[in-house]
Amino acid sequence: MTDATLTPAAAANSRNWSHFALRWTLFTLLGLFALFYLMPLFVMITTSLKSLEEIRTGSLIAFPREVTFDAWRTAWSEACTGIQCEGLRPFFWNSVVIAVPAVAISTMLGAANGYVIAQWRFRGANLIFSLMLFGCFIPFQVVLLPMARMLGLMGLAGSIPGLIFVHVIYGIGFTTLFFRNFYVTIPQDLVKAAKVDGAGFFRIFWSIFLPLSLPIIVVTVIWQFTQIWNDFLFGVSFSQAGTQPVTVALNNIVNSTTGVKEYNVDMAAAIIAALPTLLVYAVAGKYFIRGLTAGSVKG
Amino acid sequence: MAPILDITNLRKNYGATEILKDINVSIEPGDFLVLVGPSGCGKSTLLNCIAGLEPISGGQIEIGGRDMTRVSPKDRDIAMVFQSYALYPTMTVAKNITFGMKVRGADAATQERKLKEVAAQLQIEALLDRRPGQLSGGQRQRVAMGRALVRDPKLFLFDEPLSNLDAKLRVEMRTEIKKLHHNLGATMVYVTHDQIEAMTLATKIVVMKGGVVQQIGTPAEIYNKPANLFVADFMGSPAMNLIPARAQPNGEGTRIEMACGGSAPIVLKDSRATGLPQDVILGVRPEDIAEAGFRAGEGVQEAACLIDMVEPAGADTYVVSNLGGKQVTARLHAETRAQPGQMLDLAFDLSKVSYFSPATGERLN
Repeated sequence: MTDATLTPAAAANSRNWSHFALRWTLFTLLGLFALFYLMPLFVMITTSLKSLEEIRTGSLIAFPREVTFDAWRTAWSEACTGIQCEGLRPFFWNSVVIAVPAVAISTMLGAANGYVIAQWRFRGANLIFSLMLFGCFIPFQVVLLPMARMLGLMGLAGSIPGLIFVHVIYGIGFTTLFFRNFYVTIPQDLVKAAKVDGAGFFRIFWSIFLPLSLPIIVVTVIWQFTQIWNDFLFGVSFSQAGTQPVTVALNNIVNSTTGVKEYNVDMAAAIIAALPTLLVYAVAGKYFIRGLTAGSVKG
Repeated sequence: MAPILDITNLRKNYGATEILKDINVSIEPGDFLVLVGPSGCGKSTLLNCIAGLEPISGGQIEIGGRDMTRVSPKDRDIAMVFQSYALYPTMTVAKNITFGMKVRGADAATQERKLKEVAAQLQIEALLDRRPGQLSGGQRQRVAMGRALVRDPKLFLFDEPLSNLDAKLRVEMRTEIKKLHHNLGATMVYVTHDQIEAMTLATKIVVMKGGVVQQIGTPAEIYNKPANLFVADFMGSPAMNLIPARAQPNGEGTRIEMACGGSAPIVLKDSRATGLPQDVILGVRPEDIAEAGFRAGEGVQEAACLIDMVEPAGADTYVVSNLGGKQVTARLHAETRAQPGQMLDLAFDLSKVSYFSPATGERLN
């Protein structure tokens, strides 16, 4: 009596309602999860904008009564990292000087390795690729001592080139994996056609493969930049005063202060240290997903 | 004339597996050589060896009188069209076509002139600024041809260039390739698994199976005088009827007897065949069996057969009967009186038949 007598319009209406309800439940749940994940960031930002006085008296999740950027200025240029009191600034630049060349070099090497392994099959190519993959899964701690010894022998101990070297070596496994998996989807006939056309190894790489590689370059750059910028262990192990990256300096700001804990400065410093990776995601995030799912090339 | 491509004793192994065994082929300038065979017969590998894209394990390849066995592909004076077209995805059509010249350092004016010539020849002038991704299959095919043509090489190599096209376009492009060959007078080597393509295009066919050359010859030779059972069965559609039969010397010629399903054996007398063993396989093309009275001439013998099936196909009617335990197809005229389940007098043209040894599969006459 009920369903059978429903007019088509009414049936459509009820369908719309259940669709509507489902949608809103979904959005509400997603919204709640998002709020939950944003909570720490919210606390960090509000805390960094409060004065110490207000932090001591107010609530953790309250908005600042009086917005002040003092903590940010202190974190950037005045906070003490041990005996030195120049804030994060010099270390931030250390990180830039380490990350940019390390990302560039490891990406280029990964592209070249991937190209060779995927398109110029040679005896033992699979073995070499497996070994490189294995390199991705070696825990950082295992290589600390041998690497320290190596850097010492090479005269790079405690220097920025030394840190670049370490990050490049550690990154090659991943970058090779990314590029190799991208290049195996490209038909081998392309290389053959280019060979018949007279192009050599590097010409084919430069003129045909690199122009195709933008999506995977974006993925690799984001991945490598995040890894290298956020690295703490190598940074703290292989640096010395003056060459420490921003992550190590952040740790020193937070852990080496005596007396009253300046939570606002700590929070501001943490946000500053995290900004570049956030920025990279914001700018290139959509290419990241696209690049990860990029499939074969239609020729 | 000196051969433009001369392959002697070519061998190719992958580890212990032999892919190509002792290949000997040679072609003259202007020839259209088709390598044909079922998939996995080594025809594409052979083409890659000619191109220099695969190293060979033994033997010699000469192109234009020069030993090219160890020469790299770019110096062999060849151009190649691939099954996947292999167009460079990030380059425009124009750049695709001129890439080879650019790599070889041709000046811009020459590039421009040759590009114009080839584009006009293939009617792709309107596509020059597009990228391969924006083209249809047929257009990509043309661009791939253009990339080969612009090089003006001694030898064109085609690796199944039509197999990614739909049936109609395939027939069109086939005609166009034939025209191109005719107009350019170029020498071409063409790989296909399609025996009709092979028959229509080739001036010379190489039939391959399991890395071994089965027969080399003109399309007519391959069709009329197949060297063995494999070639007989592979070339031609519908395939050649291969009927087990008993042969007995009889006066000048031979008496051929075939079992006939449901009735007395059929006996034919081939006055020209001699020296056949007792057991043979008789190969006869469907078009060499006609309805009695519609085929005359020396060597035509008539016999009554039980018809199992009648398949009208417009221009012809195919009838199926059972001889020597095998289904035998005959191609009759469209208005035949044949009825399934009834006897019909068929005329066998024995001047066109082949005899094969059941043991070795080799041709006997």
